[in-house]
Amino acid sequence: MNTITAAALVPLLPFAAAALILLTGRSAPGFVRPLAVLPTLTAAGLAVLVAVRQGEDHRTLLAATELTPTGDAALPVSLALQLDGYSVPVAVLVAVVASAVQIYSTGYLRDDPRYPSYAALVSLFTAAMLLVVYTDDLMVLLVGWEVMGICSYFLVGHYWETPAARAASLKAFLVTKLGDVPFLIGILALATDTGTFRISAITASLTGDGATPPEHPTLIALLLLAGVAGKSAQVPLHTWLPDAMAGPTPVSALIHAATMVAAGVWLVARLLPVFTASAAALVVLAVLAALTMTGSALAALAQDDVKRVLAYSTIGQLGLMTGALAVADRDAAVFHLLTHGAFKALLFLAAGVLIHAAGTGSLTALARMRDLRYSAPDAFWGLTIGLLALAALPPFAGFFSKEAVVVAAEHAARGAGHGSPVPVAAGWTVLVAAVITALLTACYATRLWLMAFHDPVGARPEPAPRAAPVSPAMSLMLWLLALPALGLGIAYRWLPDWFPDGTPLEPELTTSATATGAALLGILLGYGAWRRRYETDDAADPGPALLGRLFRPAAAGFRLDGLYAALFVRPVGGAARLVRFLDREVVGTYVRGAAGAPGRLGALTRRAQTGNVQTYLSVLAAGALVLAATAVLTTAGG
Amino acid sequence: MNPLLAPAVLTAAPGETREFLSPAGVEIVFVLVGLVTLGAGILCVTSRQLVHAALYLVVALGGLAVHYLLLTAEFIAWVQVLIYLGSVVVLLLFGLMLTRAPIGPSPDADSRNRPVALAVAVLAAATLVTLVADAFRTTWIELDTPHGRSGDIGASLFRHWVLPFELLSVILLAALVGAIVISRKRGPAPAEEEQR
Amino acid sequence: MHLVYPAVLSALLFSTGVYGVLARRNAILVLMSVELMLAAVGLNFVAFDVWLRDTLHSGQVFTLFLIALAAAEIGIGLAIVLLVYRTYGDNAVDRLRALGDRRADGGDAGRGTDPGRDAGDAGDTGDTGEPAAAPAGGAAHEREAAA
Repeated sequence: MNTITAAALVPLLPFAAAALILLTGRSAPGFVRPLAVLPTLTAAGLAVLVAVRQGEDHRTLLAATELTPTGDAALPVSLALQLDGYSVPVAVLVAVVASAVQIYSTGYLRDDPRYPSYAALVSLFTAAMLLVVYTDDLMVLLVGWEVMGICSYFLVGHYWETPAARAASLKAFLVTKLGDVPFLIGILALATDTGTFRISAITASLTGDGATPPEHPTLIALLLLAGVAGKSAQVPLHTWLPDAMAGPTPVSALIHAATMVAAGVWLVARLLPVFTASAAALVVLAVLAALTMTGSALAALAQDDVKRVLAYSTIGQLGLMTGALAVADRDAAVFHLLTHGAFKALLFLAAGVLIHAAGTGSLTALARMRDLRYSAPDAFWGLTIGLLALAALPPFAGFFSKEAVVVAAEHAARGAGHGSPVPVAAGWTVLVAAVITALLTACYATRLWLMAFHDPVGARPEPAPRAAPVSPAMSLMLWLLALPALGLGIAYRWLPDWFPDGTPLEPELTTSATATGAALLGILLGYGAWRRRYETDDAADPGPALLGRLFRPAAAGFRLDGLYAALFVRPVGGAARLVRFLDREVVGTYVRGAAGAPGRLGALTRRAQTGNVQTYLSVLAAGALVLAATAVLTTAGG
Repeated sequence: MNPLLAPAVLTAAPGETREFLSPAGVEIVFVLVGLVTLGAGILCVTSRQLVHAALYLVVALGGLAVHYLLLTAEFIAWVQVLIYLGSVVVLLLFGLMLTRAPIGPSPDADSRNRPVALAVAVLAAATLVTLVADAFRTTWIELDTPHGRSGDIGASLFRHWVLPFELLSVILLAALVGAIVISRKRGPAPAEEEQR
Repeated sequence: MHLVYPAVLSALLFSTGVYGVLARRNAILVLMSVELMLAAVGLNFVAFDVWLRDTLHSGQVFTLFLIALAAAEIGIGLAIVLLVYRTYGDNAVDRLRALGDRRADGGDAGRGTDPGRDAGDAGDTGDTGEPAAAPAGGAAHEREAAA
């Protein structure tokens, strides 16, 4: 099979599966499971095949067929593929994680009556993300981008019986759309400036010898950044992601690990030359990344729900990736995207098993349960490995990728890259924030692990509830994902050869010592705080002790939602009430008057309709008389 | 008032001088009979006894026949007597009987519309009389040679007006049939009637 | 003879007929008033025909037609009045209001006369309730006659 054909089949297979499931899911529910799993698995296999073929010679493959005229002959929209060192491994990650999620879901949602639509939407979601990864055309990318937005809306609202899910799905949709509007404008502005929608052509025109910078680099970069912030849950549009935990856990795994949130980072990585053309945009990106990292890590430290802790950790890790992009190192960003996809999928799926076993996701409740690690051993090991990777301890995958980011930031801060467009300030911002985040991340990972499982003297009062055994498919997926979470980091040796930029990704001694030291310090802090609480209290939450007065605002996500409510929701609501009042009382009065006046006039005239012939005749005669007299008088007068 | 309404031709015979309202014999008779006719007409529309009203109508129509004679239209006069007095009034009297009209004075002969009717009638009379008197104030009818002799009317009728005349007969036939159809009694079904 | 005499007389007779048509309650009296109006028109026709010395005698011929039409009209009119009287037991034109606009509470839109409701009419004219009794009585009479 031709490599291009195989690559085109990768997004097409899940898409066809989604269409088939939606068409036949109701009438033939028995086919839903194979239809959901097999095409995604095949797509994963094809993605691996494409990766192998492309990895043989590291050549960038471009293929395009014109899709539709746009009214501007110079700006055609084409169905184009770009298979290079970035898109191929990311597609493998997406397809593998999606396959894992699909297989896991067959067990997790075994008894769900809406499983067919769920499976179809997950397939569609996967197809859209694969399209975003492979495409070389900004308009086609936008299509995938928006399809993901609508799929996330449906999937987050899967349990639409609960008001929380309804609110969360609406919020996810609206917040991401809020970013998408400037994003669309940015795409159009970029295409106008560069004269093409093709990503490869845009990047080629911005790099190399004959580089021609766009006319409005900062404006375009900031507009695109709005969409990225919405999709990748960066400050200030991150608020939808923690609420999106109302969806099923596999969906969270899919959204957080490989699709949706990764799309924003992916787009910046793809269009990095556009961003490096504007130093201001890079600084903004760095500040956003730093704020996102530290803020989300603080908030994660205060959350009570396991999934919300993981959601905030996702925001933080995405911040780390944008940080890497802010220092113009997309190799590090994509590397971290890959490892993070692996260990975050593992974390979510393990959390799903844990919640299934314990019957609750609340850390306070989990901290009262005895022997959870024995009643849910898969979850225990999955969470342990995932959290270690998240805390970036060697030799887990997270360590290497995070190290690559920190190294890149350190290089930028030292101004090492000669002729590099990255401002030193951006480098320092990312570096400091990354080190602080390393400490905090290790701290909340420790807190999560200790509160869920650690019970050295058996002091917990309640036994773990007896839950139905976890399906083997779910356990299998946990162990399958644990492998890359453990060992993917070693890929730093080969990835620079594969990635087009070819930046070295090796850890350096100073930075790794600093970051790992910070992480160890965080673990110690977390353990110490937990230990003190554990000896005095059965619900041993070290969060308040660690955060002090910051705990309450952090638990509420620093009250950003309240701020948005005050800034946007309430004025809009007031305006809506005003419009309703105007419509009902002012416009409505005219309408009612317009209807009522003829009605009253009619009631008045119908009184003349007495049925008495003589009255009619009298009026007729009098009228004729008046007419005759008038005629005579006017003729005579004239 | 308006010369347009007064035809200039035949206003007065040449060489003759006539005064306005110069009482000639015919005119005196006309006025006297006219007063009787008008009085009978007014009594006809105001009388509270229904049969009396019909009889006043006879007087009024008879007075009109006299007027036709005075205007030398003898044929029309006799037709008027024959048809109007002879048949129409008889029909009306039959109608009164069939609808069980009371013999004595009936107090509800007039409707509540009376004041309006009076106003309309007076106004109509005022308008018409003003108009007519003003328009024909200097016009005289030459009555020396009779104009409506039966022979002339007959010749004209069957020479120039024969088609409308035949049409009229059809109309009369249609009216006859229509009147019978309308007034035929449609009671309950015959079987039902026999049961009673 | 002065033309004004027949013309004025005709106008006055016509107005009298108008008054009768508008003021009389009994349908037969209304028909009489119509006859009066037609007769007045006939006088006008003849007078002007004689004045104009029309060689075709149009005016007099039209009067003839008029008389014939009046006879036809009175025949049809009386037939209708009889039918109305037989159906509703009344021939007072101002009480035949089946086509009038009833208020929403009116229940008997199918009936022609409305003696009970129009109490004002009866009170005005000193009516002793004879028309109110007429429908039932009239219908009974008809049935008796049929039997």
